Amino acid sequence: MADIRNTFIGIKSPNPFWLASAPPTDKAYNVERAFKAGWGGVVWKTLGEEGPPVVNVNGPRYGAIWGADRRLLGLNNIELITDRDLQTNLREMKQVKMNWPDRALVASIMVPCVEESWKAILPLVEETGADGIELNFGCPHGMSERGMGSAVGQVPEYIEMVVRWCKQYTRMPVITKLTPNITDIRKPARAAKAGGTDAVSLINTINSITGVDLDNFAPMPTIDGKGSHGGYCGPAVKPIAMNMVAEIARDPETHGLPISGIGGITTWRDAAEFMALGAGNVQVCTAAMTYGFKIVQEMIAGLENWMDEKGHASLSDIIGRATPNVTDWQYLNLNYVAKAHIDQDACIKCGRCHIACEDTSHQAITSMVDGVRHFEVIEAECVGCNLCVNVCPVEGCITMQPLAAGVLDQRTGLPVSPIYANWTTHPNNPMAKVAAE
Amino acid sequence: MATGHFVEGIAGGRLSSEQYADNFSDLHPPLDHHEALVESDRCYFCYDAPCMNACPTSIDIPLFIRQIATGNPLGSAKTIFDQNILGGMCARVCPTETLCEEACVREVAEGKPVQIGRLQRYATDVAMGEGKQFYKRAEATGKSIAVVGAGPAGLAAAHRLARHGHDVTILEARPKAGGLNEYGIAAYKSVDDFAQAEVDYVTSIGGIEIQNGKALGRDFQLADLIRNYDAVFLGLGLGGVNALRAEGEDTDGVGNAVEFISELRQASDLSSLPVGRRVVVIGGGMTAIDAAVQSKLLGAEEVTICYRRGQEHMNASEFEQDLAAANGVAIRHWLQPKRVIAENGKVAAIELEYTAMSGDKLIGTGETLRLNADQVFKAIGQSFVPAHLNGSAEQIELEGGRIKVDAEGRTSLAKVWAGGDCIFGGDDLTVSAVAQGRDAAESIHRALTSNGRA
Repeated sequence: MADIRNTFIGIKSPNPFWLASAPPTDKAYNVERAFKAGWGGVVWKTLGEEGPPVVNVNGPRYGAIWGADRRLLGLNNIELITDRDLQTNLREMKQVKMNWPDRALVASIMVPCVEESWKAILPLVEETGADGIELNFGCPHGMSERGMGSAVGQVPEYIEMVVRWCKQYTRMPVITKLTPNITDIRKPARAAKAGGTDAVSLINTINSITGVDLDNFAPMPTIDGKGSHGGYCGPAVKPIAMNMVAEIARDPETHGLPISGIGGITTWRDAAEFMALGAGNVQVCTAAMTYGFKIVQEMIAGLENWMDEKGHASLSDIIGRATPNVTDWQYLNLNYVAKAHIDQDACIKCGRCHIACEDTSHQAITSMVDGVRHFEVIEAECVGCNLCVNVCPVEGCITMQPLAAGVLDQRTGLPVSPIYANWTTHPNNPMAKVAAE
Repeated sequence: MATGHFVEGIAGGRLSSEQYADNFSDLHPPLDHHEALVESDRCYFCYDAPCMNACPTSIDIPLFIRQIATGNPLGSAKTIFDQNILGGMCARVCPTETLCEEACVREVAEGKPVQIGRLQRYATDVAMGEGKQFYKRAEATGKSIAVVGAGPAGLAAAHRLARHGHDVTILEARPKAGGLNEYGIAAYKSVDDFAQAEVDYVTSIGGIEIQNGKALGRDFQLADLIRNYDAVFLGLGLGGVNALRAEGEDTDGVGNAVEFISELRQASDLSSLPVGRRVVVIGGGMTAIDAAVQSKLLGAEEVTICYRRGQEHMNASEFEQDLAAANGVAIRHWLQPKRVIAENGKVAAIELEYTAMSGDKLIGTGETLRLNADQVFKAIGQSFVPAHLNGSAEQIELEGGRIKVDAEGRTSLAKVWAGGDCIFGGDDLTVSAVAQGRDAAESIHRALTSNGRA
């Protein structure tokens, strides 16, 4: 049986599935339920500095978009950090950690960008027995207007400064949580590393408006006729998050920096993908908020099953395994040729591959052959774009099949070259590097 | 003395009033808003959709379903009505399991087609419930057209002609309009007087006058129509019922299923409608199923359908056969009626002969079976009665005993078009009658206006 125990910057948990700092981890009641369900760890909902707690709106805090059958695909929220008293949170954290010594408990923190503020809160958190801290430099709504959250995460110099304070004032490991609302995710990651962070976690939520109320012409969620951008999360953000994780994992300056992967993770497969791209563990929120804590049971069993099937003994066998395969476009092999192939037995004849190709792409799929409804790839037209695969409702019905070297590509009339060749040396590239004489 | 369920002979009041109400409630209750959204979500929006091609009226099914899914049920209804103004009734009575839903790719993929019929009903119910009219009449053309028969073909033709600005007079023999929608469909398929509501909806476009109680050959002649109108559309339906060709056919207690269905639809009090304790229905089509199931629902103890060929030859769809079975109707195959046995002048039993195929010919084997019955229904098909038509005018050409038409619905007589069950080559479906009426109307419009230009 695969061993899925996880050690992330020295923090141990029975599995790599943590709940992210968010509404599900706001108090002991929820966290106790999460641990009972099997979650490996939690990042407690973000603590603010001592004093009167923040207040939340009393109208809707969430907006969403849905896929077929009203499956929730994307969620946004305008909830702030914990609106409970700091001492209450600290007391509960301490109790929960005592009750669940084998689970990871990390405190998320967001206080003003003032050294004294950080210096004040860190010992209080340390006293709870928490395993580490996560610096919330990500929340894009509300707190950012007060100079915290993503307002810090968008300025690499601030990140480095605050991380440095934290490393100075606590022995706890520091995870720096990054905002995706930035042009180049490598810059804040490098800054966090420069400040001495033990790890980064990403992504936090993305600035978003999930909908517009067309009766009142107001963005949703709507508070008394007005709306504000919220932070977007859920399955819809996973591709964005994975790219950012990979960017940091393969950046020579940050390569090797531990990453806690976050963003739309819903199943074991999502988690495995994040870890393959370089995440040392993962954090989950929206999936739990959609289906409840029980989903972790599918994640644990699914990950174990896959690792057993593939012969991966422990998480170190999979973490970062896909990172070397993430490259720049210019290095992709332009001599690689694949063609779509439609499995006629699996085809249900909906015709979506045809119309997608016919209307919007390369006219490479038939709709009628000898007077019969029939969908077949015309290899002489197929550029191997994969659109048909993506629009087909039957999984596995259309596949991309690579042409072996030497086989004639009917589209170009040339045999497939066995030689790897990319844009950097391509004759059409004016910047091509000429091979050395 | 036996009461209720077990009264011998043909009797009414076999059930409690609650049982009658329950038995004759909507066969497929309407989808509610949530159900319609969930179901519409299942549609793949196929290219050149097989469902659409399977629909005799070619409704753009993927489009109307997408319009339901995106919160535009009125737009959805318009998509349906553009092709089929009787889309509401067709949603209820179409054998979707052999048309659109059989062709649905999800039937291929999962054996569970999108419930197209029920979605169509959802959208059309929304529009009709609001009394939403989508069509305005074109400027009056001054042309007048006579439509004979207010059934699905006639109504579809009338609506399309009225839309084009022509004035339409519908002559209908029966006291109510609707044709088989009103008189020929099992009660549980069209509840709440839907057929009349639909007639009102269709005719509210204006320019359509319905004259009831006007029968061709009795109250007016085809020659009059040809003389007095710019064009004539014949949507006569089928007036005759095929005979059993069995001895004792005239015995009291032998009836035809079409009339029984009609009486049931028109009955204001179902308990007043008598039905046998043991009923035998002869036939293998929808009419046989409708008569048999409704006999059972009226409280008959034993109902048996006898069909002279095998299950695979039955015109009734598999769904209809299952419906009969689920209602406790026994379906027996390879049996043909031979003799009705009377006692005291009333049906007491029917003698049937086993049949078999001999080469490609159906023969009686000589072996017989006697089924006790106090009521026997004939449901072995209807026939066109041309006598009313040909008495007063130039002979209209027939084919296979029905009116011969070309692809546009033109008969052999100038100025005369026909559609629905009375023409040759149809499939006796409401939806096909609608298509034929609609297409004949377009043909008439082209003929009267030089290719559609007034």
